[in-house]
Amino acid sequence: MSSLAPLHKAARQKQRTMLLLGLFLLAALAILSVARGAVSIPLPDVLSALARGLGVSGEAGRADLVVLAIRLPRTLLVMLVGAALALSGAVMQGLFRNPLADPGLVGVSAGAALAAGLMIVLGDILLVPLMGKLPFALLPLAAFVGGLAFTLLLYAIATREGRTSMATLLLAGLALGALAGAASGFLSYLSDDRQLRDLTFWALGSFSGASWTKVMAVAPIILPLLLAAPFLARGLNALALGEAEAFHLGLPVQRIKALAIVLVALAVGASVAAAGVIGFVGIVVPHLVRLTLGPDHTVLLPLSALGGAILLLGADIAARALVAPAELPIGIITALLGAPFFLWLLLKRKEAIGL
Amino acid sequence: MRTPRLTIASLGAAISSLVMALFITQCRAEAAKRIVAVGGAVTEVIYALGQQQRLVAVDTTSLFPPEALREKPNVGYMRALSAEGVLSLKPDLMLALDAAGPPDALRLLREADVRMDILPEDLSEAGVIKRIRTIGHVLEVPRESEVLARTVEAGFARLAQERASLKRSPRVLFILSLANGRVMAGGRNSSADAMIKLAGGTNAADAIEGYKPLSDEGLIASAPDVIITMSRPGVTVDESNILNHPALSLTPAAKNRALAGFDGQFLLGFGPRTPEAGLALLDVLKRHAGEKP
Repeated sequence: MSSLAPLHKAARQKQRTMLLLGLFLLAALAILSVARGAVSIPLPDVLSALARGLGVSGEAGRADLVVLAIRLPRTLLVMLVGAALALSGAVMQGLFRNPLADPGLVGVSAGAALAAGLMIVLGDILLVPLMGKLPFALLPLAAFVGGLAFTLLLYAIATREGRTSMATLLLAGLALGALAGAASGFLSYLSDDRQLRDLTFWALGSFSGASWTKVMAVAPIILPLLLAAPFLARGLNALALGEAEAFHLGLPVQRIKALAIVLVALAVGASVAAAGVIGFVGIVVPHLVRLTLGPDHTVLLPLSALGGAILLLGADIAARALVAPAELPIGIITALLGAPFFLWLLLKRKEAIGL
Repeated sequence: MRTPRLTIASLGAAISSLVMALFITQCRAEAAKRIVAVGGAVTEVIYALGQQQRLVAVDTTSLFPPEALREKPNVGYMRALSAEGVLSLKPDLMLALDAAGPPDALRLLREADVRMDILPEDLSEAGVIKRIRTIGHVLEVPRESEVLARTVEAGFARLAQERASLKRSPRVLFILSLANGRVMAGGRNSSADAMIKLAGGTNAADAIEGYKPLSDEGLIASAPDVIITMSRPGVTVDESNILNHPALSLTPAAKNRALAGFDGQFLLGFGPRTPEAGLALLDVLKRHAGEKP
């Protein structure tokens, strides 16, 4: 006992340092993201635009639109989506007790991608004659509904007599994913080359369409997952011992599973709807945190959310800057930044992998 | 008494000429000077009108003239524009084909008061000419655009004459790509289909719609007399790939080696060079259909 206490204290110290470091990094990146971009705006103008955005009166400048209508909502949206994706990944890995689990496993990504593909390809043919031009919100809305519908279907398949079998969920998720993949493939066969480019770009993700409307639409759907993280963390820690053990510890196992799956489906569905499919964040970030700070979910979940926001914000800044005035799809950058770092960490700490 | 009246008269003249001058500069100020062109056909027309000094940026599909992408900043692929990227060029006009997007970026640009003229995509002769006139009108160079439009019209007229001299309409297969033995062909309503018809040919792949992979048996059934492919500058059509392809090698075109490669933007860009491209394709058709060009 006495020999464990200092170790515990050292671990706490490390966690605090990482948390502070992460918050500092996120703040620095957020400032960079709002202050820099293709349009060069001197820092004082950025600050005065921000002040006007907060209600301080003053002469509206040219910078206002760029800072307040483009960069600020984009920065917030990127942080929200990054946090949601990484946190969802961490929750899924804990829930499935599988280091390879990612939010895609509960069918959200496949469902959302299928619905978006339907909208891109068939929307042109079926809906345009009916309602003239397609409303902007239709594609994200379809993606969100598709993701959620797929998850609920999977959940229904895997739940018998009030118990959800994680193994069934995993396998049924694979099957449904393959089905959705086939349907998406058929859609890309049907599509003309313009729609095909749309599908490709959508599958690589981008924040170039970020707006306040999107932030306002996405935030209320993502926040419940972020807020529920502390409650989920305790449940996932107990689940790590095994489902039966957690049940005997007096935990509402079934309720935790249902809550986690629904919250993850909502958050990932909203993320996919807002920015397309962004892979890798949900796998890499939780593992980075686990490798540095250990598997305790009360630490893992909040720091994964923080790390996800950092990785995605850094990637978005790069996506905007590298080929300015054009933009790279962000999915390319997340993999490009995350994968080598992740490999390096794996090589350095081979023994630490696993849950 | 005389002098003051004269002064008043000259003052009046001075004021009216000043007003006129102001009015004229006002009109001048309204003509766009910082233009972002989105779409290969748009860029091509602007260069053909000699107005490239007013271009501040082009998109990745602006492949002709080649200096466009060399000397102008690139705002990316036309369907994936970045609002801030475009704004950073301080444009006063964005001239784009209606394929431009995404809608969110266009909405932000409109909110930023960037004037936007969207041109319909039209693969007809009339569409090509109308686009030239519209761009000339928007750029306020009606005389130059009229000259260009007339030249293109004359080109189409010549093409029609030449087309009429074809004894029969050869079957033409357009291959967009040939990867791993899979042939991506230009079917009905594709830009290749429009060009084949302009040159007096019959699209051999009219069983499919748009650009789609064609099966081996579909290829044999299409029985093209001539096969045309895309070639990048410096890369001519890879004949051996076609001649060794199990299905393509059985077609009349492969047996007679009736193969030709074209630059993509030249053949399918539907800019001011469309009549030229039509004539070039027609020449190929005549040569390989056993007629003297």
